[in-house]
Amino acid sequence: MTALCRDCFWTGEAPVSRRCPACGSPRLAVHAELSKLTVAHLDCDAFYASVEKRDRPELRDAPVIVGGGVRGVVTTCCYIARTYGVRSAMPMFKARRLCPEAVIIKPEFSKYRHESRRIMEKMARLTPLVQPLSLDEAWMDLAGTEALNHGFPALVLARLQAEIEREVGITVSVGLAPNKFLAKIASDLDKPRGLSVIGAAEAMDFLSCKPVSILPGVGPAFVASLAKRGFATVGDLAEADPKSLAQHFGTYGLRLADLAHGRDARAVDPDQERKGVSAETTFNHDLVAIPELEDRLWPLCEKVATQMRAGALAGRAVVLKLKTTDFRLVTRRRTLTVPAQTAKTLFATGRELLAAEVTGTRAYRLIGIGLSDLVEAADAHADLFDGGEARARKAEAAMDRLRGKFGKEAVVSGRALKRD
Amino acid sequence: MKLTIERAALLKALGHVQSVVERRNTIPILSNVLLSADGGSLALAATDLDMEILDEAIAAVGTGGQITAPAHTLYEIVRKLPDGADIELRFSGEDPRLAVAAGRSRFNLPVLPAGDFPVMSNEGLSDKITVEAAALARLIDRTRFAISTEETRYYLNGLYLHTVVENGETRLRAVATDGHRLALADMPAPEGAAGLPGVIVPRKTIQEARRLLEDADGTVDLQISQAKVRFEFGRAALTSKVIDGSFPDYMRVIPKDNNKLVSVDNALFAEAVDRVATISAEKSRSVKMGVEPGRMVLTVRNMEAGQAVEEIEIDYDGEPFEIGFNARYLLDVAGQIGGEMAEFRFADPASPTLVLDPTDRGVQYVLMPLRV
Repeated sequence: MTALCRDCFWTGEAPVSRRCPACGSPRLAVHAELSKLTVAHLDCDAFYASVEKRDRPELRDAPVIVGGGVRGVVTTCCYIARTYGVRSAMPMFKARRLCPEAVIIKPEFSKYRHESRRIMEKMARLTPLVQPLSLDEAWMDLAGTEALNHGFPALVLARLQAEIEREVGITVSVGLAPNKFLAKIASDLDKPRGLSVIGAAEAMDFLSCKPVSILPGVGPAFVASLAKRGFATVGDLAEADPKSLAQHFGTYGLRLADLAHGRDARAVDPDQERKGVSAETTFNHDLVAIPELEDRLWPLCEKVATQMRAGALAGRAVVLKLKTTDFRLVTRRRTLTVPAQTAKTLFATGRELLAAEVTGTRAYRLIGIGLSDLVEAADAHADLFDGGEARARKAEAAMDRLRGKFGKEAVVSGRALKRD
Repeated sequence: MKLTIERAALLKALGHVQSVVERRNTIPILSNVLLSADGGSLALAATDLDMEILDEAIAAVGTGGQITAPAHTLYEIVRKLPDGADIELRFSGEDPRLAVAAGRSRFNLPVLPAGDFPVMSNEGLSDKITVEAAALARLIDRTRFAISTEETRYYLNGLYLHTVVENGETRLRAVATDGHRLALADMPAPEGAAGLPGVIVPRKTIQEARRLLEDADGTVDLQISQAKVRFEFGRAALTSKVIDGSFPDYMRVIPKDNNKLVSVDNALFAEAVDRVATISAEKSRSVKMGVEPGRMVLTVRNMEAGQAVEEIEIDYDGEPFEIGFNARYLLDVAGQIGGEMAEFRFADPASPTLVLDPTDRGVQYVLMPLRV
């Protein structure tokens, strides 16, 4: 077993004492594959809250919630606030009730972007293969960089963690594994300030008792449909015949089989930034008619638009996604005159795409919609040809505020009331 | 090829064609001007593959022929030669260079074969429509400031030239917009214009056409096809591709029912806007307009640079209201109003405002307000 001291960077055979033989620190990373694994997922711990605490040291021991702002929900909360039960994406009023003494700070995205860039630059110095997932997390592949970085990836990552703590003033957690899927799971195992390893040898064992929802792309609806077929844990999927998974779930079935075995062939791709925001839903019963599909489409549009506004983003292209009952995937895309961030524009465009695609005879099992070609939302100047986007933005931003204050159900658009 | 030409004639013709040549070219021949000597004239052509300008000048041609030479260099040489000089251009098989000689000056320029020079075809162009040069200049001047430079909406990077039928009359109309403001100018359609396809003429083409209009006498011949437009200004001719896209339905955004009518002295208004804008923020250039019966108060508040207020007398008798605009857009429009007064038609602080020139009903300006 190889061991690595995360304080003094000593490396060697794992000591029996479980303490670093050089400095006595208990912060040892020990793993049989420690010196061989190269794919890492780096995740900042309570990123926005950590940045705020760094800038206001008097808040170090106080519960801090970053949120409010446009959406009126918790964007990030520090680990102290989490002990009160506060979680991100929770409405502000609820968070306040759980933790009345919390210090609430309005998010200042330009600051977070700046810090994010500093961290990503440090990563990029170690390897060209850095794939940012968002402001506060990224994958990196350190294969073949040992000579350059004077050390095997785990050691380089431990040094990187210490450097970020020292120079940026926040902590990060790192997951190290044979692939992106496992690395992302690993980074979450020992938060905050963790360095966790999932090796190829124990991946299947580790995954087998986990619920299927741990797999990327498996949302609540898919969990239900997997449960119906008797798949509750990842282990259940690993035991299943890939062919039958493919029969039930199309190509995604094969991907499920791979993931369940801890396999993930996706490479760390530095050119793949966040390209869009989307939402999709799988129906309980297949749908055929346009009005029914539209009823499902509206809440998705609201969800995407809310996310866009929360991130101060707008998208230039609308992408509609449909999956037929025989798992054929159809995507249709339209470029807008003006970047949009409202459910109104999204729905109006989605509806046109839907009308052009759906014949009324074919049955669908899934609908999704998203905005891509993202730009930062410029709200200063309204546009003559925005098709009512500016007006809708005002109305929807007002709804965001009401929901932030009084909860999600405080305002419901009439369109969303029609559900089965 | 061998000819002698007056410096003034060559300079003028070269001046017309050379500006289409890009400063940097990956295709060498696009840096060159095509010289064709035949009969009693020298024809010149330059192109950037999207646009081609041709011109002609009277010359004493000894031996006819064709060759291409660097356009900007040749232009600079001719420009620097003394006024009144006779210039000799000579290209023979012996020296693979173009010899330029005048008085005691001698130049030898590298050449490329004329056969390689790309020539734009005139295929599919309509019959010629004759327009008054002054009328065409007016259409361009009143509208071109609003052409968008934003490349994501490429179909706004030009002037939309088309015909419309209004109250039984066919009109030739130019519209430009960048999404924040829109400018429209029209005139009775010349004979033969009705039914022609609407085209989006690129910004650069408009710029060149306007330049050539300066030297045009009386009328301009216009030819249009789905893909191209051609202007003939006497000897000089400009052929250009048009932007392949559809111009948005602009009629939808021209307000029809704006009922808050404000008349203001245009010159005083422009001066006042210009003054208060001195301290407006670089980016938004935001000016607040407070309108009440009898007066308009222009205000700029800038966190760093301070505050500016100016009052102007206006003709208005409705409810007071406030609305914000980009100062530059206001100045652009004021600069195009020919009459003494400008007429503003407002709806509300979030809706487009119409600006009219009471002395020219053939122009309309639409401004999108800023939030203030």
